[in-house]
Amino acid sequence: MSRRVLVGVFAEEAGLLGVTRAARAQGLKVIDAYTPYPVHGLDSAMGLRPSRLPWVCFFAAITGAALKLWFEFWTTMVDWPLNVGGKPWNSLPAFVPVTFEVMVLSAGLTTVFAFLVLARLWPNKRPALVFRGITDDRFVLVLEESNAQFDLDRVRRLLEKFGAMKVEERLVEEA
Amino acid sequence: MADFVLPAQKPLILGHKTAADVTRDICHSLEGRPTPLWWGGFLCALSLLLLGATAVTYEIATGIGTWGVNRTVGWAVGITCFVFWIGIGHAGTLISAILFLLRQRWRTSVNRSAEAMTIFAVMCAGVFPVIHLGRPWMAYWLFPYPNTRGPLWVNYRSPLVWDAFAIGAYFTISLVFWYLGLIPDLATVRDRLCSGFRHKLASVMSLGWNGSFRTWHRYESVYLMLAGLATPLVLSVHTIVSWDFATGIIPGWHATIFPPYFVAGAIFSGVAMVLTLVLVARKTMRLEDYITLRHIDVMCKLLLLTSGIVAIAYATEFFTALYSTGHFEEFAFLNRAFGPFGWAYAIMVGCNVLVPQLLWFRKVRSNLWMVFPISILINVGMWFERFVIIVTSLHRDFLPSSWTSYRPTPIELSMLLGSFGLFFTLFLLFCRLLPVVAMAEVKGVLHVGHEPKTETPAAPPFLPSIEELEPVGAEVGQGGLE
Repeated sequence: MSRRVLVGVFAEEAGLLGVTRAARAQGLKVIDAYTPYPVHGLDSAMGLRPSRLPWVCFFAAITGAALKLWFEFWTTMVDWPLNVGGKPWNSLPAFVPVTFEVMVLSAGLTTVFAFLVLARLWPNKRPALVFRGITDDRFVLVLEESNAQFDLDRVRRLLEKFGAMKVEERLVEEA
Repeated sequence: MADFVLPAQKPLILGHKTAADVTRDICHSLEGRPTPLWWGGFLCALSLLLLGATAVTYEIATGIGTWGVNRTVGWAVGITCFVFWIGIGHAGTLISAILFLLRQRWRTSVNRSAEAMTIFAVMCAGVFPVIHLGRPWMAYWLFPYPNTRGPLWVNYRSPLVWDAFAIGAYFTISLVFWYLGLIPDLATVRDRLCSGFRHKLASVMSLGWNGSFRTWHRYESVYLMLAGLATPLVLSVHTIVSWDFATGIIPGWHATIFPPYFVAGAIFSGVAMVLTLVLVARKTMRLEDYITLRHIDVMCKLLLLTSGIVAIAYATEFFTALYSTGHFEEFAFLNRAFGPFGWAYAIMVGCNVLVPQLLWFRKVRSNLWMVFPISILINVGMWFERFVIIVTSLHRDFLPSSWTSYRPTPIELSMLLGSFGLFFTLFLLFCRLLPVVAMAEVKGVLHVGHEPKTETPAAPPFLPSIEELEPVGAEVGQGGLE
């Protein structure tokens, strides 16, 4: 299965932002944009929903903290109760620091791992670059040529109006 | 993220740079051969590291008796260095996480090197408690793991166990945070170089980053969350370090003021270290347009603020001791200021409270020949602050019969120098292997203070050259949009 896409290359952030808004307003489907840095406002221009990764972070934090707190009680009170200086078995205030550190650690590591999985990034992955210079100073918008009504000339003119340096059609293989 | 811009923003980056200029300027220092200055610094750092490594090897092989510590002064240079280095690390997290949450966009020029400083400083710090154990090969006993001694678990009520967890978590999260920020820049290095060790390193480590905005969108969310996690973490780490002291009953240690006092002191010393490093880096690596006088001015003001907090802490501590009517507490502080280690107390107050007052003057803040020595003096002062807290509180304890003095041995001093060697060796290698300024972040603030951000369609800036019009290659053109 393959699909046709239209790739527009821009030299300015403003051009990419403007064309993305205009393209979506005209009902075109934005597949993705490629930028050297996170362009402010592009997420709303592309209509991206807020990431759900904060939920991953939240539940990883809760789980990590709960497990560690349980573990502290279990080792101190159940597995080998050891009287240290007459301190109570339930030394909850003293258990807080380690619980906090483990909470932060599990939340941070899980969130980053979830991000790498979702974004499909792994060590030594061969990068699929849409255009050379995308990690330097070029901005690229990729539109889907959705159906027969896709008016190539009109879209090309739109991209050029916003300062596209280059517009080209590509065939993208899809798994 | 930060969409609002203050009305009268001054430029963050000078010289009307374009994004391509940023890539070129920052990558430039990676591409050429190292300068003689770099080699000189590297060899000095490496020889200090070797000196330290020899001292540590000798200490481990012979025993803790090679140190000047005794039954009264059980903690000395080793723990001083531990607290000092952990404190240095804290400014990196302040700049990378706290200033990120506070939308301080000037941080983009210095956050990469400050984060690197954090990681290397925490590595230096981590060495000291381990070699201080006496039997460092049993350091893993600090962590709870199923063992054949019961299993005997660690005592979760002990601040030393909290410390092990705090430092472990802090190091891991700092490393992950730093690496996350590096991924887009590594991709830039990968695409710029065609071969060589740095290209290979960047290819493996950039994880196939292709600048997709859907990825950027998630990335920003993850970055914000890590900043949110690192902020309370950094405060907790030095709080826990201060509890190593405050939970003891030693006069001079047993004080509720310790956590905020230590955190402020940590940020104070760390910002001074960032300034020291950044002043050298901007000159030797020609980064004057990126790390401008304004950055240095802002960091000097941070120094002034934290110096003020530290000064109030010194005064409060002293006042509370005298007001407490506790004999031992009173004595501990009078002995600190006027006893045999009064000279160390004088260095501490002089360097941490008096010298930074010069920074009230704009002329001083803009004169780098003044700022540089001040930043070094603050580091000296902060090292002595920890020395004063540890040694003067211990050397004259409750029983006059056990009073004694303390003098560091050459082994301990070699370890102190060795930790600086480790720190600078790693930092200089970092300067050669990785981009020292966060390029992707700097590119996002280039427009600040130069012109209002326009949303209107931009005119075609120039005709693209033929070379740029060529398709990049079969694999890029075809599979480019998975």
